[in-house]
Amino acid sequence: MDKQKTLDKVIAIFADVMDVDPRTIGSATTPEDVESWDSVSHVRLIMSVEKAFAVKFTNAQIGKLRSVGDIAGALIHQ
Amino acid sequence: MWYSDLGELPWLLPAPADYRTRVLSLEAMERVDGATLRALASYALDLNNCHHLAKACQRLRDRIDAEPWLSPLRIAIVSGGTASYLGPAIVSACLRHGVLAEVYIPGYGQAETDVLDPESRLHAFRPEVAVVGFDHRVFGLKATQTGESTTADRVAAAVRHLSLLTERLLESGTQVVLQTLAEPPERWCGHFDPRVSGSVSAQISTLNQRIIELTLAHGASLLDVAGLAGLIGTSRWFDHAQWYNAKVPFALELVPFYSEHVARLMGALRGRSRKCLVLDLDNVLWGGVIGDDGLEGIELGHGSANGEAYVQIQAYALELKTRGILLAACSKNEEDTARMPFRDHPEMLLKEDDFSAFVANWDSKPSNLVHIARLLNIGTDALVLLDDNPVERDQMRQALPEVAVPELPEDPAWFPSAVAHAGYFEAVGLSPDDVNRAQYYRANAARAAAQEASSDIDTFHRSLEMVCDISSFDALSRGRIVQLIGRSNQFNLMTRRYTEAQVALMESDPSIFTLQARLTDRFGDNGMISVVIFRKGEKEWLCDTWLMSCRVVGRRVEEAVLAVVASAARAAGATRLIGDFMPSAKNRMVADFWNRLGFRYIGSIDSVGTRWALDLQDYAEPDLPMRISVSTRERPSPARSSGLADGNAREGVGQSAS
Repeated sequence: MDKQKTLDKVIAIFADVMDVDPRTIGSATTPEDVESWDSVSHVRLIMSVEKAFAVKFTNAQIGKLRSVGDIAGALIHQ
Repeated sequence: MWYSDLGELPWLLPAPADYRTRVLSLEAMERVDGATLRALASYALDLNNCHHLAKACQRLRDRIDAEPWLSPLRIAIVSGGTASYLGPAIVSACLRHGVLAEVYIPGYGQAETDVLDPESRLHAFRPEVAVVGFDHRVFGLKATQTGESTTADRVAAAVRHLSLLTERLLESGTQVVLQTLAEPPERWCGHFDPRVSGSVSAQISTLNQRIIELTLAHGASLLDVAGLAGLIGTSRWFDHAQWYNAKVPFALELVPFYSEHVARLMGALRGRSRKCLVLDLDNVLWGGVIGDDGLEGIELGHGSANGEAYVQIQAYALELKTRGILLAACSKNEEDTARMPFRDHPEMLLKEDDFSAFVANWDSKPSNLVHIARLLNIGTDALVLLDDNPVERDQMRQALPEVAVPELPEDPAWFPSAVAHAGYFEAVGLSPDDVNRAQYYRANAARAAAQEASSDIDTFHRSLEMVCDISSFDALSRGRIVQLIGRSNQFNLMTRRYTEAQVALMESDPSIFTLQARLTDRFGDNGMISVVIFRKGEKEWLCDTWLMSCRVVGRRVEEAVLAVVASAARAAGATRLIGDFMPSAKNRMVADFWNRLGFRYIGSIDSVGTRWALDLQDYAEPDLPMRISVSTRERPSPARSSGLADGNAREGVGQSAS
């Protein structure tokens, strides 16, 4: 899948889940940068991404997703 | 398979793509009314949309005008797993069912200590309802071959635990909702499991039976999670990966579905369940158009697949009617044409007198539904419209968003499923009054005819041979009392709502005087029609609640009730009764109530309400056109029998004090 397109779609989902402006979100964004990104919303984020891309991450994969770029990367390598 | 994925709430319209923007636009409003929030909640919302809506509610809290569309309710979630995901979904789903919820969720693993510790944040929150739910992992139910006693002990420990939590919550006046447990899909031995007591399957089935008994013993309500998981499929209900990852007790994507079910129970507890199913006729009760196809041309009855489906829709409507849901017909038709199948088609299960209202004309459906609501003396938010035409459905949602309009599949075989799964008519109890409701409405029509025949109102009243039974609250009538407290809007002086647990506490509280009244006449039993609560002071009794069913307005029942209150207050040494009127959007009809009963105005309350007083020494019991039978917890006063008995009564006044 196209790298940039995937990242854009992840950012759009991220912005909706976290209720933030997508323009402030990039590949390097981590939980430290976004107040609403906590363990609870993280699970919701993963679920939303899984649904939108029709994939299912393993817990081992989820454990390694520490930034927006990590999520897009995991999707590309699915 | 149109209705295959219930998890997506298919009876609701899908949320629009710009949902978040629509929610954000609420911020610009100076006041947000309950109807707007309710309309926003009436989509099939996913977890993220729920989150946006609930967040907006929290931010806008002080700007929301809840009544008359939403009843506020504080809910605590007492759960073993991670429950923080549930809050926003429950708040959103509750809006859909007419409840403005505030949800408290204890920290992970804190739920039980929170319930047991009277100083906890949970008790400081003063929940009106608590949903108590644990699963097999939290209870430690494991497959074992060590024998019956170990498994029985484990189940008994779980029951004791639930019992203790329930009692603590009830003691603080919190209504309890107990959940059954879903059975995990992985079997131990296989098909043998239900037969061997050591299996998790058998343990859960025993435990669930005990939970149902607990709800009966404690007057708690039941949330049948085992049934929910069954609807979805347990292999999808349990997501083991999510459990290990974050102790999410069931699949996160099903949280909106679960919350929808919690919400309909909350709506039912607050008296917000719908009351009337309005049926379109052509292509809903039969196939085809009666005006074009004629009696022989419509599809109905055995012999064709669709014909059977339409018979089943009628059978389902009749089932609803037997538990007190009113039926109404609304069709764009000539009246005679519309009535023809009911009179002449041999396969019709529904007859004209099954309907409490029958409207067939060429007016718009929204105006006809307003008319039906007025005829039946209920709000338009108590109506559900079953209509096969998407254009009519859309028009109804635009004009009257408070009317529930389920999305329907093309095949009529699924119409009853759509109504059933939508949960509009959720009940937390059934009273004899529910069963007889349609009869009351028909008897009312007969009374109206009798009134036209009599010359004056007093002659009419006496011709009714009314008997009014007045007594204190009791456990047997609690369900109906709670229902009236939750539902009555028009003839309700203060519109205070109480849960079953709160009403149960009042029954034995010596500082509170309670009355329930029933009315029978020669046309039939009207059931329980009035509920009154006074707070007893030494010299003054303050009215906390006074409500009456609109079915019996103008029958002087309120005067009979006042006579009983006055006599009890006198006997207790009080000298004054105090009554308040707090205006709501719906109770204008009782603005002059206290004045009519002989109270005088003594001041305002918060500049919106009014306060009235009656000096008991000036009060004389009127001669009423009914026989009154009293049994209250209070000592009877000697004045009562002479003053209250109607001279024409065939029997003496029945009195007993206990």
